[in-house]
Amino acid sequence: MATSYTPGLKVLKKTLFKTKRILPLKGNVHVKVGQDITPDMVVASTNLPGNVQMVKLSNILNIEPKDVENALKVREGDSVQKGEMIAETEGIFGFFKSSFSSPIDGIIESVSSKTGRIIIREKPIPVEIDGYVEGVVDEVIPEEGVVVKSSAAFIQGIFGIAGEKKGVISMISSSPEEELHEDQITSEMKGKILVGGSFISIQAYKKALQYDVAGIVVGGFNYYDLKEILGYNLGVAITGTEKLNTALIVTEGYGNIPMSHSTFSLLKDHDNKIASINGATQIRAGVIRPEIVIPLNSQIKEEKATNDSNYGISVGSVVRIIRSPYFGKIGEVVSLPPELQQMESETMVRVAEIKVNKENFLIPRANLESVETK
Amino acid sequence: MKLNTILATDCGSTTTKAILIENVNGKYRLTFRGEAPTTVEAPFEDVTKGVLNAVQEIEELSGRKLISEDNIITPQNSNEGVDIYVSTSSAGGGLQMMVAGVVKSMSAESAERAALGAGSIVMDVLASNDGRKPHEKITRIRQLRPDMILLSGGTDGGTTSHVTELADILAASNPQPRLGQDYKLPIIYAGNNKARDTIKNTLDGISDLDIVDNIRPILEKENLEPSRDKIHDLFMEHVMAQAPGYKKLMGWTDAPIMPTPGAVGSLIEMIAERDNISVVGVDIGGATTDVFSVFNKKFNRTVSANLGMSYSICNVLADAGLENVLRWVPFKIETSDLINRIGNKMIRPTTVPQSLEELIIEQAIAREALRLSFIQHKNFATSLKGVQSDRTISDAFEQSSSGMSLVNMMELDLLVGSGGVLSHAPRRQQSARMLIDSFMPEGITQLAVDSIFMMPQLGVLANIDKEEFKEDAKDASLEVFEKDCLIRLGTCIAPVGEVDKSTSMGYAELRFSDGEKQTIDLLEGVLLAIEYPYKEVKVEIFPQKSIDIGAGKGEKIATTIFGGEVGIIFDCRNRPISVSDDSQTRVQELKRWSDALNEYPKKAE
Repeated sequence: MATSYTPGLKVLKKTLFKTKRILPLKGNVHVKVGQDITPDMVVASTNLPGNVQMVKLSNILNIEPKDVENALKVREGDSVQKGEMIAETEGIFGFFKSSFSSPIDGIIESVSSKTGRIIIREKPIPVEIDGYVEGVVDEVIPEEGVVVKSSAAFIQGIFGIAGEKKGVISMISSSPEEELHEDQITSEMKGKILVGGSFISIQAYKKALQYDVAGIVVGGFNYYDLKEILGYNLGVAITGTEKLNTALIVTEGYGNIPMSHSTFSLLKDHDNKIASINGATQIRAGVIRPEIVIPLNSQIKEEKATNDSNYGISVGSVVRIIRSPYFGKIGEVVSLPPELQQMESETMVRVAEIKVNKENFLIPRANLESVETK
Repeated sequence: MKLNTILATDCGSTTTKAILIENVNGKYRLTFRGEAPTTVEAPFEDVTKGVLNAVQEIEELSGRKLISEDNIITPQNSNEGVDIYVSTSSAGGGLQMMVAGVVKSMSAESAERAALGAGSIVMDVLASNDGRKPHEKITRIRQLRPDMILLSGGTDGGTTSHVTELADILAASNPQPRLGQDYKLPIIYAGNNKARDTIKNTLDGISDLDIVDNIRPILEKENLEPSRDKIHDLFMEHVMAQAPGYKKLMGWTDAPIMPTPGAVGSLIEMIAERDNISVVGVDIGGATTDVFSVFNKKFNRTVSANLGMSYSICNVLADAGLENVLRWVPFKIETSDLINRIGNKMIRPTTVPQSLEELIIEQAIAREALRLSFIQHKNFATSLKGVQSDRTISDAFEQSSSGMSLVNMMELDLLVGSGGVLSHAPRRQQSARMLIDSFMPEGITQLAVDSIFMMPQLGVLANIDKEEFKEDAKDASLEVFEKDCLIRLGTCIAPVGEVDKSTSMGYAELRFSDGEKQTIDLLEGVLLAIEYPYKEVKVEIFPQKSIDIGAGKGEKIATTIFGGEVGIIFDCRNRPISVSDDSQTRVQELKRWSDALNEYPKKAE
């Protein structure tokens, strides 16, 4: 039977979820293989080199760069305190001395007799990496981090903003077609992950921000409203570093689009359960999609789980059309003709014949997304 | 030794493309091509797998055995293998560099030109006078994690303190390479030769430092070659060697692997030199748009890093503005719906336009992406800044804020487009319109598109150093470029100057190769095309006294031009091309221009 590769988002009822928790620079790993992990547990930490202050000392003291070393009362590698006098000129007969006090707490990193500059480095900045999900340490990467595995339900969105958050899932909309309205968001929802149906307006999202909601999962959002949240036009879909209390995960796309039934019902199955979510998205080579991970508390550590979706579509597959003029419609593959077909745009493409509500359409395979679940 | 068979691949970020070139009856021709997904990323993590898959497709199509035990057979052995194998690469994000110089518009700009010319993406340009405080520069260097840094500054023998300070900043940031934690970041120093020892003391320990000749030995001279060559060497030795499978691939190729845009640039430079012409080339991709030009024998390349047709399509919308995109759309559309549609293309970048309406919108966005990229290019491709030269009054009017743009559209001889939206447009007329509307050529300009984007492979082929193959490889590259790579769209004739609306700008007399003659009245505002294949046409153009067609105002031109898949296009729309603010008039205008070229199918009402 003919099959076709079609990218699809994962909607998995049960999988062995693995995540790498890696430090930005080498440091210390605090856990061992097999150890149980909670989402907030620190698994690795390091110190990033502190910021530096470059001081043109020769200008400040009005001396030649070559004389800077003599004027300094400290040497490379010495610790200095904010306000501590660290350089002084000899003056004339002991008078008219010029001096310089350290502007920060730190360490003298270098002194240049060529440029007359000194570099003072601030104290290191500690960085900690947490476990993100409830699970078990699967692998330790020495000095760099760990791989955490967890038996979990796993859902990918198409686009998100803001980084990792944790919270209890709370179903707000009663169907995938229903919008998540502003008046449905209350102060009791602080720290929760709210699930809507087809759409959330900018006003409703702002209210969620105001009440410190941990995250929103919804079918659609208006692209042009992102500017109001981010403060700039999102030109390239690379997100995750936004400083927002409420992560937003859009499962279907921009506009008012009902959430896929499989995604909605899987989330509904886990209503009131704790989940870890991440809005980070990177649509470039090495694609990253936003995710919702719901640990299942079942022991499938060694069990062979359905870790990967089968991206192939064949006759009978359920697919979603992801481009105009039938955007958002869900149908069943009736046939996969091998020949190139001409579209209305005169583009020659490989197509799939899709049955939507008893009507058949020819759709470019590139415009289809698999919506099968496991 | 005579070259008979050549295999060349280009490992792109998503697709690896292979071509087979053979000597057929004494002429080099592209005979077969194959492609396969690139395999740099997980789960494969070995670029050679994608290469072998693409080559295997050629094997199947040609019936010629090219692979043995997971290796490409070279040299050729009767009916097996090829004489040479070469490759380019932009997989894994290509070559990403940061450049630094003392003065932003001088040494830093020369460093940027060298890095771009070598085929890299320039992530940031640091300069002593860029307005950022040292700690801001340090934070930026740490955030970016480039593949390589090029440091320049100062003329030879001049003051050393500024460039030394830049080195201090680099040292303080302790930059880490993007790929892998276990090797030192390559830094190339191409600045004041008097500062070399100090630079060495500052940077040698924290980086893999290489010193080459100064990029601006004196203010009036730019010396890009040594830096460009060193970037290519380091790209091979350091950057590529870190990417999965590249060590193996490097062992297979008969010439160094070149960064894809570096190879394209080199080919364009070579064509311009051979034919003594001015060329503009553009490659519009999903994420970026590259523009290459050669004017007055000076080569320039720019990368508009966030102007593309899928991954960065929303950035085109943001930079150009909705109004500018909509001015090319000949129907009414709900703007909020349009914005969401464009947003959905960004998050689902592999989709294709099914309806005619979607195609027209995509091509409207392409016009703006191309227009903006070309503006960036014109602003960058300038004569050296900070150099005193004699200028006439008219030069002074042309002068941009700093340095003069080398791009002169009236001098442009050949405009080549490539990238999906141009190369794969359903009708060639659409490609021609997109090129004309966005680049706005003036006078007489040939238009072409790269059929399957094989310029990278031909570029690396033309750069083979091995003595025994050198000449043949260059011949093969240029012959295939002419015969198989370029699809000639035709010639655009655009008179420029002021006349009243809809009045005559002059007339043209065409004499076709079969002896037939035709006279065309050049009416202001009119766009028209004469279908004629890629054959010679003698043309004489008689412009009105206020109109220039290339020889000066009112000066007649007699020359030979060529037709092509679209033919000979007379574009009498004045420069810059403007469309009416009134939506009804605009739609009528756009439809008239489209119909003149038979650009779109007539949709049943």
